[in-house]
Amino acid sequence: MTLLVWNILLAFAWIALTGNFTGSGLIAGFFFGYFVLLLISRASGKRPTYLRKVPQTINFMLFYIWEIIQSNLRVAYEVLTPTHNMRPGVIGLQLSCGSDAAITMLANLITMTPGTLSLDVSSDRRMLFIHAMHIDDEDQLRADLKHLERRVMDLLDETGEQDA
Amino acid sequence: MTVVVSLFALIGAGFIFIAGLGALRMPDMMLRMHATTKAGALGVGLISIGVGLHFGEASYVVRAIAILVFVLLTAPVAAHAIGRAGYFTGVPFWEKTLKDELRDKLDTKGKKLYSGMERPDDVDRDDRS
Repeated sequence: MTLLVWNILLAFAWIALTGNFTGSGLIAGFFFGYFVLLLISRASGKRPTYLRKVPQTINFMLFYIWEIIQSNLRVAYEVLTPTHNMRPGVIGLQLSCGSDAAITMLANLITMTPGTLSLDVSSDRRMLFIHAMHIDDEDQLRADLKHLERRVMDLLDETGEQDA
Repeated sequence: MTVVVSLFALIGAGFIFIAGLGALRMPDMMLRMHATTKAGALGVGLISIGVGLHFGEASYVVRAIAILVFVLLTAPVAAHAIGRAGYFTGVPFWEKTLKDELRDKLDTKGKKLYSGMERPDDVDRDDRS
């Protein structure tokens, strides 16, 4: 967290020194500040959490946007073609992530990704029930959802339960 | 620039149109939720990006980004709430629905949803009701 404060301070220093008091100036300041912090941490040989999280978060956001676009194209196709060749169903997905934050994020992500809508979590928080538009290939679907869960857990630094 | 802005606005409106059409055409409630949340969120997002680009001033851009973030945050939560409420009040599924793994795990009287993986030492963490 202190590194985030340093990053903000460096961004302000950049604005003050360049005299460019705009949003783009602030973003440039953040970018260069981040770069400086990265260089310093490389010299000291450690890689603090904050520096790892920034690229990971950006990566995740891009991935999220890509998923949204994909899901829209698929829904648009289903809506616009005259015949319904969907094969919907409700499946239960075992959760490895335990915290409420991770489950919330995963559930939202699942709703925004192609063809799936999260319905409910079991009372003991071990199973997430999902309504899917296409369950022709259930194993593939489960693998995709597990992959999503992995990404969420990496982002939130969770190890997860190793049972089941 | 005008071309880019118009493209964003047009495609956004197109997706919202698809969302509306989907709400009419889809065979059951769950599938309608699929159509309206996804297409609606992307449509609003594209239009607000178009607005941000059109004005190009910090105050408008910040507001456009805020709208985008809030729509993306709230759309899945709303879909989840509506879908869940519909399911639990017994809205019928489309006849071509292949399977439903939830139905037999649900205890409507005790308001519990079982995972089938309960352990004897479990503490109930649930707070629905």
